[in-house]
Amino acid sequence: MTEIFGVPIQALAGQLMLGLVNGSFYAMLSLGLAVIFGMLNIINFAHGALYMMGAIFTWMFMEYLGIGYWWSLVLAPISVGLIGIAIERLLLQWLYKLDHLYGLLLTFGLALILEGFFRHLYGVAGQPYSIPDELSGAINLGFMFLPKYRAWIIVASLTVCLVTWYVIEKTRLGAYLRAATENPALTQAFGINVPLMVMLTYGFGVGLAGLAGVLAAPATQVGPLMGSNLIITVFAVVVIGGMGSILGSILTGLGLGLIEGLTKVFYPEASATVVFIIMAIVLMFRPAGLFGREK
Amino acid sequence: MSGTEYLRVSDLHAFYGESHILHGIDFTVRKGECISLLGRNGAGRTTTLRAIMGLTGKRTGSIMLNGREVINMASHKIAQLGVGYCPEERGIYSSLSCEENLLLPPQVGSGGMSLEELYEMFPNLKERRNSQGTRLSGGEQQMLAMARILRTGAKLLLLDEISEGLAPVIVQKLGEIIRTLKERDYTIVLVEQNFRFAAPLADRMFIVEHGQVMAEIAQNEINDKQHLLQEYLGV
Repeated sequence: MTEIFGVPIQALAGQLMLGLVNGSFYAMLSLGLAVIFGMLNIINFAHGALYMMGAIFTWMFMEYLGIGYWWSLVLAPISVGLIGIAIERLLLQWLYKLDHLYGLLLTFGLALILEGFFRHLYGVAGQPYSIPDELSGAINLGFMFLPKYRAWIIVASLTVCLVTWYVIEKTRLGAYLRAATENPALTQAFGINVPLMVMLTYGFGVGLAGLAGVLAAPATQVGPLMGSNLIITVFAVVVIGGMGSILGSILTGLGLGLIEGLTKVFYPEASATVVFIIMAIVLMFRPAGLFGREK
Repeated sequence: MSGTEYLRVSDLHAFYGESHILHGIDFTVRKGECISLLGRNGAGRTTTLRAIMGLTGKRTGSIMLNGREVINMASHKIAQLGVGYCPEERGIYSSLSCEENLLLPPQVGSGGMSLEELYEMFPNLKERRNSQGTRLSGGEQQMLAMARILRTGAKLLLLDEISEGLAPVIVQKLGEIIRTLKERDYTIVLVEQNFRFAAPLADRMFIVEHGQVMAEIAQNEINDKQHLLQEYLGV
């Protein structure tokens, strides 16, 4: 069997692929966080809970309404986005002029409430959700077996990330968004309804988290704690990439997923901490993050 | 000089937090007229424009725009009534290219200038269309800040200190542009510190001091009211 540095190539490729899957989730979640932070100045600690709700909604749609995976892929992110819009209108809009800390505390509290609610309903144990028939099975690539669902996660999330990047950087709507992020008062004085854009941006950002949750449902256990397990790593990714950078958060998410995967092959003991070690090193040399702009 | 009234500001008070900046500003602008608010730094001229746009804190009094009361409107609604605002700091976006800056403000009325017309009027902006907005020179940024509100069909232009800090040749060019705009029947409010720039352009001048309008001088009264200019502006 072929080996690289004493590691069978199949194991290496397998871990890299898993790393890319994790990286896809990091990218989608940190992208949402970056867009929200840029526009609302809110560090959205509820992001993990909303990701969890995307997965739980997917499971609930199937369990109670018989709605399958493909419909959930559309309906669950929209539901999460609408909940986000309600959160923005009822709570967040009062915090924009205050210190970041208030938004962080409020969204952290929200995350605890949402998690507590679903724990109350379903306990901490995860619920299984099966992979849709179209995506079950694996493809033999010669050097490894590629499970179709894992490939789908990577393709779907990369597509969503790239479309989001394109819309923000290359279109007229994106120009409104960038302008409103940079100078909201003046942008509004040009006749653009900035409060509406802020509301929709939050809805979109958490909708992305919801979509990540749907993608995750068949790949992991669907449970109330799945968000809080992931969100700490995602925040480290955001710190490494730099708050507020769109492309930065996508690339950093994928890159760190891969690095985590490699660490699992070569030094498994460090795989849970490698992201945080990188974060510490990046903070020492580039406090604004790899892609962030220093103020 | 008997056109219909386009903007009437009466007893306008404005605040930033606890500070009371405007203490009852009163002035009117007729349709197609160019007026200037003159005064020293901190007199309240910039705040007057910001208050008209809804960009200050609390406001009281009345701002009638083309027959509509706008004192309680959100600033995007005010802009949509056909107002173009060019802020003192120019407000060019660094995250947008020159052309994206130019295309940013949405249509707020009919009859705005086309991109071709604007590039003809400001050839520098065409050359630099793909540069990052804030990489432009000061003069180019000022041209861009003006050009971008001429595209939208706004009929009332609020221009804050457009001649400030620019080379004489560019100030002259801006003067020509204001003349062209007057011929095209725009209604213009010029906030200026530069009396020599404003005097030949403005049909009437209002002298602002301590958040109030202290005097009104029509174009043909400049010589008779020299003492006022001397007293308030030192010119």
